[in-house]
Amino acid sequence: MTYLGRKIAAALVSFALLLVVGFVIFSLMPSDPVAALTRGRPTSAKQMAFLIKQLGLNQPVWERFGHFVANTLQGNLGYSWQFQAPVSTLIMQRLWPTLLLMGSSTIVSIALGMWLGIRSGWRPGSLLDRTSTGTAITLWSVPTFWLGIILLVVFASGLGPIPAIFPAGGMSTPGTAGGLTPAHILDVARHLVLPCLTLVLVIFAQYQMIMRSSMIDEQGNAYLLTARAKGLRDDDVRRKHVVPNALLPSVTLIFLQVGTMVSGAITVETVYSWPGLGYLTYQALQIPDLPLLEGTFLVFSASVIVFNLIADVLYRYLDPRVRRS
Amino acid sequence: MTATSQVPAVAASAPPRLVAFRRFARAFAANRTAMAGLLILVAITLLAIAAPLFIHPSDLNVISATGPSLAPPSARYPLGTDQAGRSVLDLLIWGTRPSLLIGVIATVLTMVLGSLIGLLAGHYGGATSRVLMAITDWFIALPALPLAIALAAVLGQGDSSITIAIAVTSWSGTARLIRAQTLAVEARPFIERARALGARDSQLLVRQVLPNVAPFILVSGTLTIASAIISETTLTFLGLGNPTEVSWGAMINQAFNQGAVTSGAWWYILPPGIAILIVVLGFTLIGRAVENILNPRMAR
Repeated sequence: MTYLGRKIAAALVSFALLLVVGFVIFSLMPSDPVAALTRGRPTSAKQMAFLIKQLGLNQPVWERFGHFVANTLQGNLGYSWQFQAPVSTLIMQRLWPTLLLMGSSTIVSIALGMWLGIRSGWRPGSLLDRTSTGTAITLWSVPTFWLGIILLVVFASGLGPIPAIFPAGGMSTPGTAGGLTPAHILDVARHLVLPCLTLVLVIFAQYQMIMRSSMIDEQGNAYLLTARAKGLRDDDVRRKHVVPNALLPSVTLIFLQVGTMVSGAITVETVYSWPGLGYLTYQALQIPDLPLLEGTFLVFSASVIVFNLIADVLYRYLDPRVRRS
Repeated sequence: MTATSQVPAVAASAPPRLVAFRRFARAFAANRTAMAGLLILVAITLLAIAAPLFIHPSDLNVISATGPSLAPPSARYPLGTDQAGRSVLDLLIWGTRPSLLIGVIATVLTMVLGSLIGLLAGHYGGATSRVLMAITDWFIALPALPLAIALAAVLGQGDSSITIAIAVTSWSGTARLIRAQTLAVEARPFIERARALGARDSQLLVRQVLPNVAPFILVSGTLTIASAIISETTLTFLGLGNPTEVSWGAMINQAFNQGAVTSGAWWYILPPGIAILIVVLGFTLIGRAVENILNPRMAR
């Protein structure tokens, strides 16, 4: 079997396992789904029997699992109790804000993390290296949502001399027109600043650490000596020779980071009521709206499986040494 | 190489494991970051245990609290008050108890589960190992928070469901580490000797392999507590914890939901986060230091 085929097969197995786990958690573990559905409302025995039949609870487990898999693969993720709408429709509505938030914070984190990583890895032990590594470890030890709340208090409520410069939540000012007008884009960008900054503070450290350690690894190589012997300036040696070689692990990290991003998105979107999938998960939790929760769980996990697959394939494509072996 | 295979440096009569432990304790005491982390944690643990001596439950009761609502720090309330008029300092000290307790219990569960799977996969090899490792890799690759949220939501609000959710989502790293260490230990001659003397699988695992991988379980556990405490506060913040309990996550949740943010009550929001930061840093410092002592090659 080819490398690509093996990786795709592994991803499919992961997806199958995800379906099993999703089914066990949401269909087998709730002790009484009908009671959860009616939530304490008085229900007659006849209604109960109807609901049990409607939910298919009187069928054998294997048959229920078969229905679940067929429905999920067709994009039919059930019906939200809270919003009274199909879960897949809700997820599609909330997908874009999440992609915007994740995409923008990934780009900023890569830029910041690599800039710091390149410089601190070039001169390990320097002041910049020690300060930025210390900052990264501290930020890693702080819960994301707390960091978000602190930024919210400082920049959106205003604290002491600092005025409230950014909006406190949502994605756009209520009452303004949508569409692709410059005013609307600016408004969304203003709302994006704080959630994006929070996510960046949490994830840039990963890029910095990976870049730093691969910069240090590269420095043992003989080609540096050649470059220096040619009379290149230190900056040119770093930029033109070392950085391109040290870049590889960071590129695949972008895709491996999606898991971390997903966890960050749930808490950050909650803090800033950013109308994405993470905030949808939080809203589902408050009821708890199990079909909706199941939908976001499946979408989050499946997207991580897809991005891990991309990372595997990309790594092989980018590094000829791996491709040949 | 672990310490047990080296020549004992102390009196030959002392059992080798005791010698190894003494050597470890001496290296630990000489390590400044490890001792700093240990001191922080001992102080916080003592404070948490002693809390009932100077905080009365009525001080933490929303109804019987007597202070002003959301008052800034003063002589009477060093960290100010919350919206119900409770002292934030009291809440902070009391909040140490569930946060540490859930962190520790979840970690113990994680270690038992992870070590068991790691030992079995390492010892039996073949199909057992492949299946166990496939499951482990699946849990490593998948994002932990959505799975933990799903589990805790289905199990219902409360400390036990949070604890289970954390354990189920964090054992995989330990399983992988312990499997690798089991393979390394089983390649050594004393295992062959024990087998030749007629030891059964269970005897091999419990008497020979487990004591040799135990230090790695300890390291993994110290680092797991740090992330377990962050997970606990995150899940509590999202509303999955026990709603009546005072914990750090619950404090941030209430500060966020009940207007401390819009009124700029920084004295209510800052302390629980800083407390989490200190405890997590404490465990991380110890974990890293122990890792370096046990395996100097990993320190770079």
